[in-house]
Amino acid sequence: MIKKILILFFILIPISANALIEVDITRGNLNPLPLAVSPLSIDEVSRKSFEKILKKENIGSEISNIVENNLRTTGLFNPLDKKAFLQAPDIANLKPRFEDWNLIKAQALITGKVNYVDDKLRVEFRLWDILAAKEMMALAFTTVPNNWRRVGHIISDKVYERLTGEKGYFDTRIIYVSEEGPKIQRIKKLAIMDQDGANNKFLTLGNELVLTPRFNPTSQMVTYLSYFKNMPRVYLLDIETGTQEVVGDFPGMTFAPRFSPDGKKIIMSFAKDGKSDIYTMDLENRIVEKITNHPSIDTSPSYSPDGKYITFNSDRSGYQQIYVMKNDGSDVKRISFGNGLYGTPVWSPRGDLIAFTKLHKGKFYIGVMRTDGSGERLLTENYYQEAPSWSPNGRVLIFYRETKTNSKGEGFSAKLWSIDLTGYNERQIKTPTDASDPSWSSLLSN
Amino acid sequence: MKLYKILKNTLLVLTACLVLSACATKKEVATDIQGQMQGDVYTGTDTVEYLAEGVPDRVFFATNESILTTASRETLRAQAAWMRKNPSINVVLEGHADERGTREYNLALGERRANAAKDYLMTYGISSDRITVLSYGKERPVDSGSNPLAWSKNRRSVTVKAN
Repeated sequence: MIKKILILFFILIPISANALIEVDITRGNLNPLPLAVSPLSIDEVSRKSFEKILKKENIGSEISNIVENNLRTTGLFNPLDKKAFLQAPDIANLKPRFEDWNLIKAQALITGKVNYVDDKLRVEFRLWDILAAKEMMALAFTTVPNNWRRVGHIISDKVYERLTGEKGYFDTRIIYVSEEGPKIQRIKKLAIMDQDGANNKFLTLGNELVLTPRFNPTSQMVTYLSYFKNMPRVYLLDIETGTQEVVGDFPGMTFAPRFSPDGKKIIMSFAKDGKSDIYTMDLENRIVEKITNHPSIDTSPSYSPDGKYITFNSDRSGYQQIYVMKNDGSDVKRISFGNGLYGTPVWSPRGDLIAFTKLHKGKFYIGVMRTDGSGERLLTENYYQEAPSWSPNGRVLIFYRETKTNSKGEGFSAKLWSIDLTGYNERQIKTPTDASDPSWSSLLSN
Repeated sequence: MKLYKILKNTLLVLTACLVLSACATKKEVATDIQGQMQGDVYTGTDTVEYLAEGVPDRVFFATNESILTTASRETLRAQAAWMRKNPSINVVLEGHADERGTREYNLALGERRANAAKDYLMTYGISSDRITVLSYGKERPVDSGSNPLAWSKNRRSVTVKAN
């Protein structure tokens, strides 16, 4: 369905090792770095060719808009108004007049050029440090024209990485559950979109209830819960081919699936006789292993990035709390001890934190704690919100939020939101319908 | 002096009246909800349907609980009697949770509630192969309200004819 994308990628000019501008992303950034994204220049022949193929009047401007939008949404950068730019895009790409860019208070500048070469899209871009009057990076890509949005995301990732020292998260997708209809009879479909909301596609028709899709971190596979034939079971879906299959042969409900970090196993809950335990299934040899064995509810399992540990949700203490155990189920330790109930633990891809949902005194919180339970930090409070999912660089959490209905039971909505690990930069991710259960993919290109 | 005393007394009486009437109004509202809830378990009949005369189709639960109340046991005994009288009928027990919990935990909780009902039916002679359990978690509320009464109606196990 979604074709594997080949991007030819090579470095034009080696990057000098000495650090120039740097953006600190570990603190809430109240002074975003002012930067200028000059529209990518394009010659008239190339412009007309792409207009014909892509129905975009100026593909150079479109790509730079993607870069500008991505960088703005991080809250770390402040892209300046293009009207203030004094230098033409094509000349700036050859050699910026640094004093002109300095005048409008830009500290960094992105320039570039788009060409139509042998039916392909060739894009080069440069990142400049204005104060030091130096080029920081120069790269070029050649790809099929239809990949133009991804080129914008890859440029954004490269700029983000060069300026913050950490990998970006723009060339990624989000799988989620699209919701429509009245609250008592919601129609739910699997949907997928680019991280910035573009290219939204529905993957199921809404004939059966679907919940909690999660990406395989290493491939284009998704695991999710479907009520196909009124039998709630964990499924595996290949989003390239559209083929799907039931995971395992369990005599009852399987739910709360997630992949192991190497993508080779699915970890999930199986409910039987009022008890829910955690199981894994190896996708290669189909061997099923029982990981927990307790009369309580054990659910929402999530592996540590090295695969050695599992965090999960259990009510074995009497109420929902968060636990950590070794990947064979031994050495179970409770880690949440604050006031209230704790659910949906998810291990950060960086390994140092666990994100969770907390319910306390009628309010729902998204928070993080260290993997031993210390350092609990609540990032956002609301009437209802849950199910955080990490950006691949572990800096941003996406989750969903539901509204309270009025006295007539009207006004329900469910939306996707994201927030930085710092607790700043909370924003809604626009979706064509109501939405819930988001899961962030890995970077598509590395 | 006297006048002052009279005025003071009148004021006291007036204040007392106001306080009392306020109490009365509050109490009325409280009784209204109390008529439909005991603790936080729904005891009303708004959403209840009947499998047969005198056989309610559902039982209700307290927040985060799957314990059967006295009323729930009575309902399930009536269901068991009805199933014994109709040996060809099989049922699905649909377990549900309210919206104030995380989705995955609620799926498990709905399963646990439906199983509590199943276990009770079995102790009254209903064979387990006549019963299928199906949890909907919080996915199928009957009341879309965001208030304790609505949530109490949604915390339920519903017995549905399967054939």
